[in-house]
Amino acid sequence: MIRRIVRFLDQRTGTAPLLKRTLRYVFPDHWSFLLGEVALYCFILLVLTGLYLTFFFDDSVAQMTYHGSYRPLDGATMSHAYASVLHISFDVKAGLLIRQTHHWAANVFVAAIVLHVLRVFFTGAFRKPRDLTYLLGLGMLMLALLEGYAGYSLADDLLSGMGLAIGYSVAMSIPFVGANLANLIWDGPFPGSSSFWPRLFIAHVLVLPVLIGGLLAAHLALVVSRHHTQFKRSVRESERRVVGIPAFPGQAPRSIGLMLWVFAVLFLLGGLVQINPVWLWGPYHVGDGTNGAQPDWYLGWLIGALRLVPGFDLTIGHYTLVPNPFWGGVLFPGIVFGILILWPWLERRVTGDDAFHNLLERPRDNPWRTAIGVALLTWVFLIFVSGSADRVDVLFGIDYATQIWVYRVTIWVGPLIALFVTKRVCDELVAGERVRRSGFHESAQRGIPD
Amino acid sequence: MTRIRDWLITATVLVAGRGKRPTPRDPKPRIVAAGEPDRRAENVVLLLFLLATVAGAAFIVVYALDRLSNQTQWLGLSIGSAFALLALASTVIAHRLVVTEEIVEPYPSESPDAQGEIEQIVEESGSRFTRKRLVAVAGAGALGTLGAALLAPAASFGPLLRTGDLYRTAWRRGRRLVDDGGRPLAADAIEEGAFYTAYPEGADRELVGSPIVVVRLPPAEIRDRRDWAPGGIVAFSKICTHAGCAIALYRKPTFAPTQPRPALVCPCHYSTFDPAAGGAVLFGPAGRPLPQLPLEIDGAGHLRAAGTFSGPVGPSWWGVRMGKAHS
Repeated sequence: MIRRIVRFLDQRTGTAPLLKRTLRYVFPDHWSFLLGEVALYCFILLVLTGLYLTFFFDDSVAQMTYHGSYRPLDGATMSHAYASVLHISFDVKAGLLIRQTHHWAANVFVAAIVLHVLRVFFTGAFRKPRDLTYLLGLGMLMLALLEGYAGYSLADDLLSGMGLAIGYSVAMSIPFVGANLANLIWDGPFPGSSSFWPRLFIAHVLVLPVLIGGLLAAHLALVVSRHHTQFKRSVRESERRVVGIPAFPGQAPRSIGLMLWVFAVLFLLGGLVQINPVWLWGPYHVGDGTNGAQPDWYLGWLIGALRLVPGFDLTIGHYTLVPNPFWGGVLFPGIVFGILILWPWLERRVTGDDAFHNLLERPRDNPWRTAIGVALLTWVFLIFVSGSADRVDVLFGIDYATQIWVYRVTIWVGPLIALFVTKRVCDELVAGERVRRSGFHESAQRGIPD
Repeated sequence: MTRIRDWLITATVLVAGRGKRPTPRDPKPRIVAAGEPDRRAENVVLLLFLLATVAGAAFIVVYALDRLSNQTQWLGLSIGSAFALLALASTVIAHRLVVTEEIVEPYPSESPDAQGEIEQIVEESGSRFTRKRLVAVAGAGALGTLGAALLAPAASFGPLLRTGDLYRTAWRRGRRLVDDGGRPLAADAIEEGAFYTAYPEGADRELVGSPIVVVRLPPAEIRDRRDWAPGGIVAFSKICTHAGCAIALYRKPTFAPTQPRPALVCPCHYSTFDPAAGGAVLFGPAGRPLPQLPLEIDGAGHLRAAGTFSGPVGPSWWGVRMGKAHS
């Protein structure tokens, strides 16, 4: 039977040799290699649940009076878009489950990508011949952030409207072209014309997902063509040969199992843990605002940055050159992604190391990279945490302005401390190993990955 | 002779092999490493598959039910359990029922020969050109222009150059202030310590230039533009000059030591504006004061705009201060 299927395929496609090689493709085994897979499975679930939602969503901001089944908003003026999200949440059977699962999947998707990038950075997996793979990954992270933002903006609830107002202001703040760019995207001054909503919709359900899918395909193709990296666990692993379990039968049930675990967790979250209850925020109107609603976690670093910047526009006399949101909304993420994108080339320039690297380094093996990486991470993380200063004020009564001043200092001191502490810890760890190694020769080659 | 031997062998194999699993006709060396069976793990997998079937069926039943309380939760629980049980089965298969073999493969390397040949092919293919650079420049120019031509229609997306509209607002002298329900705002109804949202009567409310906040301060405390504040009532654009959110918080001085004076606060990034000093920035990231709207009280005691805003409304852009708010 198997033979008949394979023969049928091989005679018509000639793919039997390729299929055979694929079945025996080598997967080095380490838990941290699964983070990218988690992101992949989130993406699959996002596409499936998102497809379901498109069958009910209405991308029109034409206003209507609501008389649906959610009584507290009866008689409220709202857009068809928001009303259709309420419809999905209250009237479509399983609609709320799918909507919440979709939202949870988006949060986990970005988290998995971020952890994956950290793994790749701190183990040196981005080095030649995988720098291109790394860049494609960063591209997907940027698109994922944009995609998530577009997604929660579509609901046209109060939270999404405020998010769009901020996005509009950030676009406006770009020197020389900001106002024109914003005019182009929104088709006029905020909140834009009726054609803005279909644009946002098509960006969220077609343009961005297709771009992510395209980068994903190229990313995976490159991973396969260059093979996985591996830690050196024994004398068998080397720069020239990869050791691991075959795709089939060894890896297949593990990967499928991981996919099913991801789906299980996301559906359980979607069913049992409420996320973005849009009916509580109410419809968006330009004159409405609240601070009871918080955006998705992955925008926290930008909110923190926008809040921390002292209140100034860059002006020459009476002429505004750079409005304030540019610093936190464009420059800050630009610096972070700029460093990440340029890192493989910076490192090559500084170390002069242009060799192929298939063996991974443990973070301690490259103390300066690890230290700089931790410092950068600390910087972004502190700014991210500062975005919750208002919650801390409300919950614990610590004055908001005081907190902001503390953060304005700590975001610079913290990374410096992190830099030197990390460098020292790496050096000490390596030194400790050297002492042990000189005592116990047999363990010399058995570095266990972190 | 050979035939007899063949018959004998065949007979032996048939007799000896009876009751056993049929062996392959020509036994080949295994590709996948061999391993011991594990009946217990197999039983566990069978049980998990059974339970996953039940959970999947439960989802269909829960879905089909009408008027079930907590339906979303039950749906999530059943489908999530179905996936979790299958995941568990898959994990057991991976660790107990599939051989864990370690295989080795060489890493791919580069192909210098092919690299050289590609270079050669490309170079040789252009040998009939005599002015390569010129042709390349001309070609790039043509393609670039074509690209620009194809991008040009993107200008239809919006009023690319009409940034003057950003200064537009419905507020002008004599326009009445109305509340959420469209009722005119009476000056007497404005109390100290409270916070009112108002809109221009008869105009589109969904424009950045429309919503305003109205508060009453003790007239003696007003330091700037006293003639804009009849009876201590001041009005400001409700849209933050930082990032365009609606100013939704009014910090009234209930805790004098830490909060020195009343302030209008944006809930997005906590830009804080001083209503007593022409909307000056007290704290937070805003780079421009909140535009103030001059007020007057008409004969009927209703609030009206006495002019337009003190500056451009909404988030800033390149050159924002060069223009003035207008209707």
